[in-house]
Amino acid sequence: MKIRNILDELKKPFEKGQKLEKLYPAFDAFETFLFVPNHTSKTGAHIRDAIDLKRVMITVIIALLPALFYGIYNTGYQYLVQLPESFTTVDAIIHGSYKIIPMIAVSYIVGLSIEFLFAILRGHQVNEGYLVTGLLIPMIMPVDIPLWMVGVSVAFAVVIGKEAFGGTGMNILNPALTARAFAFFAYPTYMSGNQVWVSEASNVDGVSGETILGMLAAGNSPGQYSVMEMFVGSIPGSIAETSTLMVLIGAIILIYTGIGSWRIMLGGIIGAAITGILFNLWGANALMSFNWMNHLIVGGFAFGIVFMATDPVSASQTVKGKWIYGILVGILCILIRVFNPAYPEGVMLAILLMNVFAPTIDHYVIESNVKKREKRLINQLKTA
Amino acid sequence: MRLRNYKINKKKSKNKPLFLFIGKNSEPLFSKKNKKLLSDPLDDNNPITVQVLGICSALAITVQLKPAIVMTMSVIFVMACSNVIISILRNLIPNRIRIIVFLVVISSLVALVDQFLKAYAYDVSKELSIFIGLIVTNCIVMGRLEAFALGNDVWKSFLDGIGNAFGYGVILILVAFFRELLGSGNLMGFQVIPDFIYDMGYENNGLMLLSPMALITVGIIIWIQRSRNNKLIEEG
Repeated sequence: MKIRNILDELKKPFEKGQKLEKLYPAFDAFETFLFVPNHTSKTGAHIRDAIDLKRVMITVIIALLPALFYGIYNTGYQYLVQLPESFTTVDAIIHGSYKIIPMIAVSYIVGLSIEFLFAILRGHQVNEGYLVTGLLIPMIMPVDIPLWMVGVSVAFAVVIGKEAFGGTGMNILNPALTARAFAFFAYPTYMSGNQVWVSEASNVDGVSGETILGMLAAGNSPGQYSVMEMFVGSIPGSIAETSTLMVLIGAIILIYTGIGSWRIMLGGIIGAAITGILFNLWGANALMSFNWMNHLIVGGFAFGIVFMATDPVSASQTVKGKWIYGILVGILCILIRVFNPAYPEGVMLAILLMNVFAPTIDHYVIESNVKKREKRLINQLKTA
Repeated sequence: MRLRNYKINKKKSKNKPLFLFIGKNSEPLFSKKNKKLLSDPLDDNNPITVQVLGICSALAITVQLKPAIVMTMSVIFVMACSNVIISILRNLIPNRIRIIVFLVVISSLVALVDQFLKAYAYDVSKELSIFIGLIVTNCIVMGRLEAFALGNDVWKSFLDGIGNAFGYGVILILVAFFRELLGSGNLMGFQVIPDFIYDMGYENNGLMLLSPMALITVGIIIWIQRSRNNKLIEEG
């Protein structure tokens, strides 16, 4: 109980009527980080459960870690493999950490400062939602993006994507994808092309660091990468999205703990697979004839559908709605990939678009349920 | 359309001489009430941020500062003149065809502006292309004629027109300022962000040049304005 005593002592100046009253939200954030808060809801029906927002977020972060570690390794690997010298796994991890840890630091520092600022200004608690968002944002950026761009994108996502709507739980769009979309449209040269996916590609001669989808969109064949490489993830791409294997481990954690919706994930895979098969049958160009199974494992599809589309705030809430939402994300993702060569990766735009429609889907699912029940009641009355 | 409820008091105004700027029970030209006509639209009753009118042109022509300024001047001219003309004619216009009369007046004024720009500022006129013509359909112009000029005397209508056009222009210029500065590093076409900042790795923000960002900028202005101005906080 030592820590508890220290905390109680520290808490005094932050309490009501004291000097630092305004900074109470900031203090509260740290306190609840260490101890489960002992305040309970006073009104309404509530369920007794050990899980709260912080535990949910920590679970998601644990699910993200495999992909992150592999991403760090892959960043180093993609760089060192371009050099003539031989290298070890440790070298790759060191180079990757050197590149990625500053990005994560920038993302957390900028994002959390803004969150604290708004919490103090508005006098509400600091929400934990940013813990996940802050890790997701660097994971879906290209390696070589300048740090200040990460900072600007984070600021945009937190202020416009989240705080403008009222903070955690009120946002319409997934904040991490908002940050990526912002960077994508604001600084296109840093977010696409064949120079950004491999660390320091411009310093190395003759690098072909294009993503597989980028190659396909340009009409080339990604022959040098085998299916196994695509699955394990030793291919160029945004930092942590390349490895479908690691994303699957994360997906298992999310589904086992009940935090990520398996309906959305499965729906997304079904939607993408069906669209992929249909395009395979059509097969008019390289992208269309790209094997539908490969569509599922290249690019950010796996990462997006597991970690982004299942965001409980911006996704559909109803059971039927989750299926519809997931399937539409899958279909749209492949549609954008195939039909729009300017955006070889469609999953970001697909999820953002469906985020916007999620409340509409929920509305109609609920409406139809109401109608069904009304009908049932009328029938019961008739027979009775 | 959210319009202010100015009382249309026709009986009273009929007693006044038509073409005099100051009525019988004359008040000073810049009385408190009249000053408010000028200052209200700049903040409390801004046509863009509060009434949410004229958004389309605010998104379309704010990529650069210069067209935004020219647009503002054109709108000031059109609104002031059309308000005055409609206010002069307000007792002659049959109620049923008033919208058509508005349109005739506004379109002739807009045609005048358009021709003027073509003659003296051809480049800008080309840049603004259709949007000068589209002042005709700018909801602010129509809205002020319907809500104000139809029921108030000439001088007041003139002030109201100028005030609202300025309110529109202020937001337009503000949005254009940020879009040009952050989007292309220029102001009025001259580079203002020095080269050494670019050498340090700064990049222009491409999203600022796209219209979604104009909408977001207007949104941010509304956000700041509402959190600053207590009168605008809605109950709910």
